Amino acid sequence: MKPIYMDNNATTACDPAVVEAMLPFFTEQFGNASSMHSFGNKVGLALKEARAQVQDLLGAEHDSEIVFTSCGTESNSTAIFSALKAQPERNQIITTVVEHPAILAVCEQLEKEGVVIHRLKVDKRGRLDLDEYKALLSPRVALVTAMWANNESGTIFPIEQMAEMAFDAGVMFHTDAVQAVGKVPIDLKNSKIGMLSLSGHKLHAPKGIGVLYLRRGLRFRPFLRGGHQERGRRAGTENSASIVGLGVASAQAKEYMAFENTEVKRLRDKLEAGILAEVPRTFATGDTSNRLPNTANIAFEFVEGEGILLLLNKQGIAASSGSACTSGSLEPSHVMRAMGIPYTAAHGTIRFSLSRYNTEAEVDRVIEAVPPIIAQLRKISPYWGEKGPSEQPEADFAPQYA
Amino acid sequence: MWDYSEKVKEHFFSPRNSGVLEEANGVGDVGSISCGDALRLMLKVDPDNERILEAKFQTFGCGSAIASSSALTEIVIGKTVDEALKVTNQDIADYLDGLPPEKMHCSVMGREALHAAIANYRGEVWSDDHEEGALVCKCFAIDAVLIEETIRANNLSTVEQVTNYTKAGGSCATCHEGIEEILAKVTGERCTAPAAPETKPAATPPINGKPKLTNYQRMRKIEEVIEAVRPQLQRDHGDIEIVEVEGRNIYVKLQGACHGCMMEQATLGGIQSQIAEALGEMVRVLPVSQHKPTGH
Repeated sequence: MKPIYMDNNATTACDPAVVEAMLPFFTEQFGNASSMHSFGNKVGLALKEARAQVQDLLGAEHDSEIVFTSCGTESNSTAIFSALKAQPERNQIITTVVEHPAILAVCEQLEKEGVVIHRLKVDKRGRLDLDEYKALLSPRVALVTAMWANNESGTIFPIEQMAEMAFDAGVMFHTDAVQAVGKVPIDLKNSKIGMLSLSGHKLHAPKGIGVLYLRRGLRFRPFLRGGHQERGRRAGTENSASIVGLGVASAQAKEYMAFENTEVKRLRDKLEAGILAEVPRTFATGDTSNRLPNTANIAFEFVEGEGILLLLNKQGIAASSGSACTSGSLEPSHVMRAMGIPYTAAHGTIRFSLSRYNTEAEVDRVIEAVPPIIAQLRKISPYWGEKGPSEQPEADFAPQYA
Repeated sequence: MWDYSEKVKEHFFSPRNSGVLEEANGVGDVGSISCGDALRLMLKVDPDNERILEAKFQTFGCGSAIASSSALTEIVIGKTVDEALKVTNQDIADYLDGLPPEKMHCSVMGREALHAAIANYRGEVWSDDHEEGALVCKCFAIDAVLIEETIRANNLSTVEQVTNYTKAGGSCATCHEGIEEILAKVTGERCTAPAAPETKPAATPPINGKPKLTNYQRMRKIEEVIEAVRPQLQRDHGDIEIVEVEGRNIYVKLQGACHGCMMEQATLGGIQSQIAEALGEMVRVLPVSQHKPTGH
């Protein structure tokens, strides 16, 4: 049976049209865009078109505001280090507890080096307290960096409003929008967002290509120096094939934006409702009224995520989990913990993230596959047993912890 | 995805002896806080010959936790209680043709459940002495707690020593940054270099009664104080060197473990008050990085 891929927040399949557009740039169009001869010139023109396509998707005012990087992580690091270097008199950063490690790990390291990091908390539904945020904005803050949409729960933050608030306080604002681009309409020219990170492989472009949007006039210090590429803001020979691929993917993302928010959303809602109706002691996490249209994060109480994934995988279904055991770190998801999800449920969270390639038949098959898997694992869980859920799980089973 | 052996997968997909053992006379409940896994092991022991007749488990955990539980029951059934106590977590891992290093703690949990269940059967109270930290060295499955304890117990100060004592960092070497962080933390704690006195010293040390020193005498005094503190610094794998004396400013270079140590300021402050005492005048002991040569 054909495998079912529902892990699109991790990465997406390259669209065939993207691959087709890229291929000539591995063969006859191999030139260096910087060269004076015609080999380079055609590549240069292709990059210009791709830049315009990305500009269009983001609603940026100028195409020179698009800086191609190697990935979302590079864009994030560039934004953070630039803000600190360009404003040495400011040594504080405001971020949130639920950011991707590409932000959190950098902040942790900077904290050791003396930078003051403020991490905004979230409530049970993963929402921020904007009063807490407002109180922290000050002339000591070099940068606010907040994700547009959460990769695990899909919860959307009020980024445009937060950028306005930062602007009013004279503070630079960056958003990690790798999950939002292509799913949430973005119009940068009518916002106060200073910097934005985008990752190609989250929207059907290849891995190894990213973008940092950089508002014209924003003070900036390059992360990589050593060449005039990207107007001296990101040195290194352009990854021309991938840039062309990202251009095509951006044009497609704009075209499919409505589809994502109607059809993909409908399939997601059907999947979530189907599973919640069939499996007891199960709930959706995050701000379900304000989240990405493709993401369903479901907590199955009393079972552990990795077991669910292994059994799903056996049936050809790909999803991911916030459980500790599926990460290399053995730490349960910091996003689920930040929302105060009890650990017996946090370890059993499964994220289904759809794309425009998923079909109704696939959704039906997953709805059918999940309940027996959960039942099978609950049967051998000490919190559940043969007879059904434990009424007082903590009292009935209180293991001695190492 | 984890690189699980066929045997692990097989025991996960078709676990042996899962479920509740109603007539159990030894039950062990254990969990691993770092992973959130938990395991209940139920044993039915024949009181006449202490042989384990039946074993069943319930596990809340990942694939390898379930497989380890299943393997554990297969291993102990038929053994006497004393024989079962000799089963190690490595035996459980070997039975499954190995576990990924990140998952070795699943086998540790199995062994702990076994000990807890046997203690329960004997009417004893089992207490766990195993503390588990974040995994640092993935090649040899060495966690932060073990590294920290080994550094402390053996007074280690380099990554190389940590590797020699624990194996951590001895293969792919990618965890050396993590080991260095633990070293810095422990070194900071055990630093015995002279610290500035708790109470604020008098604004001006007593000058009255002390004859004014010649430049040569003054230098000698400074050197004497430095020589006196040097053994202390060396015990912490550090050292100190005088670079320049300019009027009241004494510029020094802290070396080895003292250099960049979080206690650097306190160390300098302590030396400063000792020199001030010896000279009978106010001096400042400063790191050489603040020395700006003049007159050139």
